[in-house]
Formats: sequence, structure tokens, C-alpha cells
Amino acid sequence: MLNGLSWLKPPRIRGGVHAEERKANTATQAIVSNFPLPKKLYIPLQQHVGKPAEPLIRVGETVLKGQLLAYSQGMISAPVHAPSSGTIVDVNDYPAPHPSALPIRMIVLETDGKDQWLELPEIGDPFQLSPENISLRVGAAGIVGLGGATFPTAVKLNMGRENHIDTLIINGAECEPYLSCDDRQMQERSEQIIDGVRLMLHGMETHHAVVAIEDNKTNAFYAMAAAARHFPAIKVMQIPTRYPMGWDRQLIRYVTGREVPVGCRSSEIGVTIHNVGTAFATHKAIRHGQPLVSRVITVSGGAVGKPMNVEVPLGTLIAELFAFCGVDSTQTARIVMGGPMMGDSLPHTGLPTVKATSGVLALTQAELKSTDEQPCIRCASCLTVCPAGLRPVDMANHIKANQLDAAVDIGLKDCISCGCCSYICPSNIPLVQYFKYASGEVAARQQAQHKSEQTKKLMAARQMRLERIAQQQLEEEQARIAAKKERERLQAEQETAAS
Amino acid sequence: MYVLYAIISLTGLGLLLGLLLGVAGKYLKVESNPVVDEIEALMPGSQCGQCGFPGCRPAAEALAEGTAPATLCPPGGSALAEQIAALLGMELDLKDVQEPEALVARVSESTCTGCTRCFKVCPTDAIVGAPKQIHAVVADACIACKRCVEVCPTECLQMHPIEVTLRNWRWAKPRAAVLGELPC
Amino acid sequence: MITYHKPASGAHVGANKSVSQIMGQVMLAITPATAFGLVCFGWPALFLFLITVASAVLFEALCIRLKGRPAKPVIMDGSALLTGWLLAMTLPPWAPWWIGVTGSGLAIILGKQVYGGLGQNLFNPAMLARVALLISFPIEMTTWANVSPLFFAHSPSFAESWQITFSGLQNLDAYTGATTLGYIKTEFSQNHILPDILQDYSALQNFIGWTRGSLGETSALLLGLGGVWLMRQNIIQWQIPVSLLATVAVLSGIFHLLDSNHYVSPFLHLNSGALMCVAFFIATDYVTSPNTSAGQCVFGVGCGLLIFVIRTWGAYPEGAGFAVLLMNSATPLIDYYIKPRIYGRDRQGKPLEIPKP
Repeated sequence: MLNGLSWLKPPRIRGGVHAEERKANTATQAIVSNFPLPKKLYIPLQQHVGKPAEPLIRVGETVLKGQLLAYSQGMISAPVHAPSSGTIVDVNDYPAPHPSALPIRMIVLETDGKDQWLELPEIGDPFQLSPENISLRVGAAGIVGLGGATFPTAVKLNMGRENHIDTLIINGAECEPYLSCDDRQMQERSEQIIDGVRLMLHGMETHHAVVAIEDNKTNAFYAMAAAARHFPAIKVMQIPTRYPMGWDRQLIRYVTGREVPVGCRSSEIGVTIHNVGTAFATHKAIRHGQPLVSRVITVSGGAVGKPMNVEVPLGTLIAELFAFCGVDSTQTARIVMGGPMMGDSLPHTGLPTVKATSGVLALTQAELKSTDEQPCIRCASCLTVCPAGLRPVDMANHIKANQLDAAVDIGLKDCISCGCCSYICPSNIPLVQYFKYASGEVAARQQAQHKSEQTKKLMAARQMRLERIAQQQLEEEQARIAAKKERERLQAEQETAAS
Repeated sequence: MYVLYAIISLTGLGLLLGLLLGVAGKYLKVESNPVVDEIEALMPGSQCGQCGFPGCRPAAEALAEGTAPATLCPPGGSALAEQIAALLGMELDLKDVQEPEALVARVSESTCTGCTRCFKVCPTDAIVGAPKQIHAVVADACIACKRCVEVCPTECLQMHPIEVTLRNWRWAKPRAAVLGELPC
Repeated sequence: MITYHKPASGAHVGANKSVSQIMGQVMLAITPATAFGLVCFGWPALFLFLITVASAVLFEALCIRLKGRPAKPVIMDGSALLTGWLLAMTLPPWAPWWIGVTGSGLAIILGKQVYGGLGQNLFNPAMLARVALLISFPIEMTTWANVSPLFFAHSPSFAESWQITFSGLQNLDAYTGATTLGYIKTEFSQNHILPDILQDYSALQNFIGWTRGSLGETSALLLGLGGVWLMRQNIIQWQIPVSLLATVAVLSGIFHLLDSNHYVSPFLHLNSGALMCVAFFIATDYVTSPNTSAGQCVFGVGCGLLIFVIRTWGAYPEGAGFAVLLMNSATPLIDYYIKPRIYGRDRQGKPLEIPKP
């Protein structure tokens, strides 16, 4: 239950920056739906948090749109479906949409141009289904958190049921600059999203939902409020525009006044948070039986000729997306997947879009923050903007001096990589990269430590085995000698008896 | 007169305390230095001998005596050097420390004769196989001690750098910090 | 396909505020007060100002060259220029040229570069230099010129000004006197009471800055306006200036109410000496002030308290420099004890407990 007096203590927004939005050129146009079907789609087996999916098709097989290509394995995983109809031509390692572009397993689908759907099951009133059945169907549709976290949605619904959630928050903050895919979806698909929210509420056995939308998206707010007017369980509210308002824990504190303790999931304090895109995917999966095979992606940035929100099949190469949107490759200084605050750079465009891809940006040199690192002047802007209450400057100094343990002690593991500190730093210190480097290094050292312990165990075991074998051999030898002596003795006895 | 008292009492005090220390040293003697155990626990424990000492224990003893630098262990790299320096309160200069190149042994299947020599010498039982069967290396257990490479008669066992994959890829340290251009 | 580059992490875009822009805006904020000071005290003040600023930049360049690095990019960040400028503002306007050069040397070499350069120093370089000069050269540092604006009849000519700065003028006493705070201190020592001491005091002139004092510190009005503009530009935060000025005002107010014969009024405190300059431009120095808002408040209160104590009961008529240096040395301590609370943790850094419904 919400604390009745919580209004006395207005939840604070902590830190954050007001970044230049640069959303207008995409937020004012309708979602483009006539994207030409690519010849080949590259579908990674892992597009989610957890274990990769296991392929169940063979090369050469023909598949229909929506057909299951790989099934989920393990508790936390998600299946992958065919984004269009065609023939499977390869299951192999291809460059991943990741800053390193290292290879991961992908299914390559050659489309036949028909885009023919699998025969979809007829569905009656989904509210007659049991809540367990809802999350089962959501899981089978391969739905994951489309805000970028890509946590399997079904797992979250189950956790919600187990933890007696009192508030479901639908994240429509979309606080990252440039991105407007959620904004457009809320404007154009508000009815479906609200239906998705109702289905989620049913699946989680929760009775109260709050759709939180930043107050720079008034059109989206009105559309959503109108769509939700008949459903008193769903409240649509405006929240201040301030990055990172869409950080789940910031949003939870703002909406409910509750703070998620470190090391806990939000469901443990009675709140679950889903993205608006996820709600739409849930609607499609439950009402129409359609699995998650496409998503709306914002293509924007200074080097993009026709910036837009476009719905593309998953697995479309960024190169084709850029060709469609008229990206000037000579102007492109950096390709970013996701928003400009938290997104990572990509080395080239030969990488597929995945469930997590909310946007692809082609940024010009003028848009980029300078990389000319200067000495820190201790202006403390990074402390002021940090939504997690960390001291980025001190952490970075420890990391520069290779004192990783000290950095961990003052909160390295609480960093959410939101990028506020890097954004604001007047000395252009790549703070987030320091933290990512240090986190990776700390993990590597822990692994090395673990391995060294295992090594010692293995060596001890080997030593024991060798000693045991030596002991055995010794005993056998002794037994052999004893037996020989015994034989000799007997022989001698026999000889004496005979003589 | 007072001077004499002072001299006598101080001399007496000195003798008494010296005696106490001597007795304590004799009866409370610790056979092995506990720091040595702590250092040895930090070390890789593969007894590889790359430091010039016959094993990890002698190296730890030298460290505890202060006759060896914290950076002596090549497989441990800078991470180990830092831990040792922190434990012993030593000054640390990481400039000359080369990060160990991550290596792993791999069997070339075309030339392996199944002679079993390699898995007999492997200190961590990381090589599996049977006589006349092709052997294989369990990469997670391999500590890159290279002993198998030395005994392999057909040179089918070779050390390879550990392949960078999405799982072990890490962000690099920002350039300015690596070059030490800026104060920190 | 687009060319390969090194992996870059967010944020890919950034706020348009670089170090040199911050320095530039601070300089813009102190320009009116400095210009007013230069007009009030004429050519000698201008000479001293130019010498101080130029030597600060030269010392910085020298230090960087000694480190074997190109000096130009470091000079271009504007920090040495600003340090020299702030130092010049705190010097007596007719001080000889070598005061400016020595001060700049102290500020840049001893106050900044020996610590490792920008961002590494413990003490505010300008205040360090000022206090060192005050202790080493008390006569030169307490010879205050009368207000003698450019081209006024009784003002020194260009040639005389040249002499004042570069070779010393014989009858300098004719042109000088005491500052308000110094005058009050002297009179108190002769057991006079405030109403008598302040018979000739003009509050308005002090407020505008038409009075004896340091080169750029006399005009409370212009300094205050510059400071408020800096706050509006979000270059400095309100915590330090407000807490510092409020502490001085409240303390002096209490004592003034208790005994108005022996304790100066808050208004006079705020208008006199280095208070305004220190509150807005020296104590707010990023490098030497605490990082958190609460810490900055503590720092400001500490500065204000020390300033009031030194002014009221100390041997020096003005204590702003000492106060700032003392609080600078407390900054690491303040930052150690006052830290922000991490989300999801309590002040001790332990995870919060899950609230029971």
C-alpha cells in the first residue's frame, strides 16, 4: 500500500542533466512502416539477458514469418522467431552489434519476399486466461524488455506474481536525447499499449499501473491519457524532463517514493517496471498471437538525411537501415547503437539490429563531445549530476592510479553507466569509460583469483592421487615380494620334504 | 650521586628488558613467517619457476624477507604485484610490469599420436585422453605452464593466445591514463 | 561500410562548457570590478595589473616547459591568466612592480605547479601569494593609494605613475592613507568608539567602491553583480557565497546589536575589505573547495566565521586571506566526512533494508 502521508515528502529527483533533446525531427513524423524487406536477415541467438537460445532449425529449411527458430533454454532466456518468411542459409558466427563487433552465433535467413505469416492461433478473451498462461504466452513470444535492458518479460511477470506487486510502472520517459520511438508509439498506438498494460496487470495479478511520461512529450501524454480514460486501474502521469528519468530506480522513487535497496530487485519492494514498447509487444502477442519479430527504431543524428522512426524486422543490417534513411557516410564520425548517453559506438554498419536496438545514430564530428582530455579542475559537476549519489571524480582518480579496490569501496559497483558525468565534465574526462574499464578489470581479476584457487585444488588433488598411486604400487610391490618369499619358502619346504 | 642512580636504574632496566626479549624470542619463536603463507596464498601456485625461484613458496619467502621485488611474478602481472605490495606495504613501480599474455595449450588433432606423455606431466590434470586416443585440453583448467609443450614428441601441443570473445572482451583504459599524460 | 574506430563509451554528446570557457566566464564576471578599480587608481594600477597577469602566464609557461611539455595548450586553458588576474585584484593598487612579479611567482610556482598543476593544489594560489606577500612585505602590502582616477587634476601623471610602479615615489604618503577596516582597527587601539570613528564614513561610497583598498576589491556592488551573474550562468553554486556572507552578517549583526560602540555593523563588514571578492571568486575556487553542497556550506560558514573573528579580535584588520587558506586546508577533511548518499544505501554505505509493508 502507498503510504498515506507520502505526499508530504515529495520524492526527490537526484542529479541528472538536461541534455539538448534533438528529438524534434523524428518525433513529429509518423512511424515509417514501408521499410523494404532486406534480402538477408541476421538473427543473433542471444538478444536478451541470460542464456542464448538453442536453434531447432537446419540450414536449408524454409520457414514462415513468426516461426520458432530457436527455443529458450534455462530459467532466464528467450526464444527467437523468424522475422520474415524464407530459407535458412546459415547458422554460424557473425559480428555482433557490440562495440567490439566480435562474432556470436546467428541464424541467417534469406527472405523470399512474401513475408508470409505462420498461421496464427485464434484467441478468445485473454482475460479468461489464467495469469500463468499470460506469462507463458509472453515468454513463448520471445518478448524481452524493449527499453534496452532486454530482461525476459515473462520472468518479470512471474516475479511480479510471486512478490505481490502493488504498482506496475510503465516507463514512457524516453529520456535519452535523439530517441523518439517510444514517443511515436505512444502517440500512434496508445490503445494497444494500454491494452498491453491491462494484460500485464492481469498476468501479474496487480491492480494498479502508472504510465510515466516525461513532460516534453505532451502529445503522447494526451493520447495515452485518452486511451486510459476508461480504465481507472491505469493512471497516466507526467514526470519532469530530466535525464536519466527513465532509469528504473529513479522512476520508482519519483512515482512511489520508495527506494530500491542495493542488491534487491524492484519487485522485492512491490514495484515492477516495464517499457511502453514491451507493453505493445505484449498486446500483439496475446491478442494476435504474434511473436516479437520487428521493432520501431529511431534513426537520427547529424549525418542522417531522412531521420525517422521506422519499423524494421529484427536482424536487419544497420547498413540497409542507413541506406534507407540516407546516411551520409562521409559525414559520419561515429555510429551509436542506443541513445547518445548510454549507447555504445559500433565499428561498422555490417551489424544486425536486435530486440534491444531502440535507435541507431549516425553522429557528425560537430555533435560529438571532444575527446581532448584535460586535467580535472574538481568542479564537482560530476557529483552534482550523478543520479546514484557517487563521486565519479574520486573513482576515476583511483582507477587512474590503478587502485581498483579503492574505487570499488567508494561505489564503482553502484555506477549505472548513465553517462551524466561524462556528459557534464568540462575537462572531457571519459569517466564512464574509466568505470567500464575498471568493472571489467575487477571481474577479470575475480575470475583469475577463482581460477588460481581452482588450480590449487586441482594440483592438490593430483598430488594426492600421485601419492595414492605410489602408495599402491609400493604395497603391491611389497605384496609381490612377500608372495615371492612365501613361494620360495614353500618351494624350499617342498624341496626339503622331497629330499 | 643522582647521576649514578640514573645510570644504574637505566642500565638495570635495559638488562631486564633485554633478558625478557631474549626469553620471549626463544620460547615464542614462530617457525614460519605467517606473512609467507599469506603471500603464497596470493600467488598462482603453479610452481612455474619463471621468477627464478624454485617455486612459489621460496619466492614468497624472498618477498617476505624483502630480497625480491613485488613485481617478480610474471604470470601474476600487475594485479598480483599490487596485492603483494599492499600486503607488505612496499613501494610499487608498475612501469616495467608486462601484463601476462593469456595463453592456453591446444592439441593439434592431426598430429597427436595419443602418447599420453602430456597428461602425465600436466600439474592441473587439464589434459584428458587415453593411450592411442587424441588428447584434448580443458581450457578452463590450463594454467599455461608449458610443460606439456616440452614433452610432446610431435609438437602437436602448442600455446595459443586466449581468443577474445564477447564473454571476455573488456573496455580498454582511456588513452590519457595509459600514457600518464595527466596527473591523477 | 564506415571506417573503423576505437570503441567509445557514452556519453557521446556533451555539455558545451569547457575549462577555458569556465575560466573565461569568471574573468568576464570580474571585469567590471577590475575596470572600476583601474579607473579609480589610475596608471599605477594598470601597470601593476598588466605586470602581475603577464608574469603569472610566463611563470606557468616556464613551469610547463621545465616539465618538457608544450606550454601553449596549458596556457590556453586560462587558469594561469585567471590566477594572475585575481592576485592583481587583491594587491594594493600602487604596489611596486616586483610585488606583482613575486606574487605571481609564489602563486603559480609555489601555489600550483609544485603540487602538480591545475586541479592538484591544496590552497588557492592567489590567496597563498597574497598572504605570503602580506607577511613578507608588510609595508608595501599595506600602503593604500587614495582614490585618484585617471586624468583628474590631483592624480599622478603618466610619468609619476611610471615612477610609482617602477622606482618608488618620494612623497608617496601624500597620496595614501588607511582602508576603512585598517582605520577602525587603529582607532580602536586608541580606545575610540565607533560612532566617533565613523563620522566621515560614507556607506554609499564604500558600496560603490570609491574608497581606498585593493585594486579590484573595493566595489562591493560590482563584485556582487558579477558573482550573481556567475551563479546565474551556473558556473558557481550559491552555497559558498551565501553561507559565507550570511555567517559574517549574522555574527556581526549579533555583536553590533549587543555593543554598537565596539562592533562594526554587518553592512560595513559586507562592504569592506576583500569580503565580496573572496566570497564570490576566491572561496568558490573549484579546486580548493569541497565537492558536496553540504560540504560547501560548512566551508562557507567556516570562512565567514574565521573572517569575522580575525577582523574583530585579530591583529590584522582583514582576515579573508587567512580564513580561506585555513578552510582550504580543511577541505579534504570536509570531503572525507561529508559525502553524498549512494542510491539504495544508507549514509554508512550499507544497503537499505526492505521496508515491511
